Amino acid sequence: MSSAQAANPAFAEGAKLRVQNLNLVFTRDEKSIPVLRNISLDVSEGEFVCVVGPSGCGKSTLLNTLGGFLTPTSGSVRIDGEIVRGPDPRRIFVFQERGVFPWLTVEGNIGFGLFKLNVSERQQRVAHYINMVGLQGFEEAYPSQLSGGMKQRLEVARALAVNPDTLYLDEPFGSLDSITRHVMRGELLRIWEAERKTIVFVTHDIDEAVQLADRVVVLSDRPAAIQKIVHIDIAHPRDISSPRYLELRDGILQQIGLAHKI
Amino acid sequence: MKLLVRLRPIAFIAALLVAWQLAVNRHPGYILPGPWGVVGGITDLFRHGVLFKYIVASLFRVTWGFGLAAILAIPLGLVIGWNRRSEIAFNPLVQVLRPISPLAWIPLAILWFGVGDASSVFLIFLGCFFPLLLTAINSVRNIPTVYINAGRNFGLSSTDLVYRVLYPAVVPQLLIGLRITLGVAWLVVVAAEMIAVDSGLGFLIVDARNAGNRYDLVVAGMVIIGLIGLLLDTAMRSLEKVKSFRWAYSED
Repeated sequence: MSSAQAANPAFAEGAKLRVQNLNLVFTRDEKSIPVLRNISLDVSEGEFVCVVGPSGCGKSTLLNTLGGFLTPTSGSVRIDGEIVRGPDPRRIFVFQERGVFPWLTVEGNIGFGLFKLNVSERQQRVAHYINMVGLQGFEEAYPSQLSGGMKQRLEVARALAVNPDTLYLDEPFGSLDSITRHVMRGELLRIWEAERKTIVFVTHDIDEAVQLADRVVVLSDRPAAIQKIVHIDIAHPRDISSPRYLELRDGILQQIGLAHKI
Repeated sequence: MKLLVRLRPIAFIAALLVAWQLAVNRHPGYILPGPWGVVGGITDLFRHGVLFKYIVASLFRVTWGFGLAAILAIPLGLVIGWNRRSEIAFNPLVQVLRPISPLAWIPLAILWFGVGDASSVFLIFLGCFFPLLLTAINSVRNIPTVYINAGRNFGLSSTDLVYRVLYPAVVPQLLIGLRITLGVAWLVVVAAEMIAVDSGLGFLIVDARNAGNRYDLVVAGMVIIGLIGLLLDTAMRSLEKVKSFRWAYSED
């Protein structure tokens, strides 16, 4: 898979996603606030990249820029060599806040992006992803009737249903309890292994990043710049008490400037 | 147990009615007619064939004033809310016109539309237009960006974005606005009918007093106004129970 390509974190040839010298400056009340500073990153096809960094450093802003919701001040984001100019159904963003539509049922949400398919194709696709995320029996339920974990699975299913080649996940499990979060990570890996999407996953949870990613991108405080890219060379399923795991995790903690003891 | 809870307001109202009747019996000096007198008044109105005529006349004016306001204010408000710039342009004007009671427009209404249905409809329209406009503006502004972004992400055209995201996202808030505004319309119609027309429940109240101090009819009119207001509110509330709207009222 991608670990061979990922070994060279600089510009690998034929990268799926290529970010070059990306800068983003917000203007608020006539003041310029630089948020992203000179970010360059290549992500290869099918790779799972996690982005971590201090709270408020601009992780989500970076992801929103990759997704085409924000326009860079300078530099570029390319997918398959093509400059990103706006959101696109080939690259689906899974939002930090609950992005499922509360006025649609589970079925309605998963089928939301499938308006180009005919009815039977759509039903088939919806049923497939309801099974994949384990929401059988809740087809007619509205999001307000679902638990937090189920809502998040619904949003992932809605994203996968349009068969995107890239998924951007913005702290998708951030508001879940730790048990549900653990289960969701397992499910996301299972889905990723089955569907081989390219994934960029923003999280503030370093353990989560080391458990999931092929590479972990560590951002600095604002304006966010890439501080380090850590290659996680542990095969899945990962033993989260192995010395190598702890070594990588502690390395990242140190990189962010956090003590190992509380 | 449930039945008991349901009966409680009815029992309370019954107790009040009894107390009212007793008080009126004890002090027959004519300050207020008793409940029996009011029932008699309603029967009188019914027998003279004006009860339904007046109710229909009032509802007719409310329907037109409220309906026209909804048809104009909601689309306009949605457009204004959607375009930040037009909101900045419209806001001061709306904020100045909004606090003017529709009753302050009565002289102008009569000047422009004469005495008749049109001026009451106009006054009700004014009373409904600004609250609805603001509701519509705010309902668009309050749509979480995440829904808009998700809609754009799935490749919706602008038209589809309006129908599939904007519209469902604002409907629940609009329904609340419509319910409150219908209550306002029902308040305004009574006042408008006291001045500009010769039918309707507001006219009934003024006419009952002017034509012989029939206070039983005055209170009868008030009771009917209250009951119909309750019915209108209940009807609007039942819309809020529609399943695909309910998310907005009971978000966890």
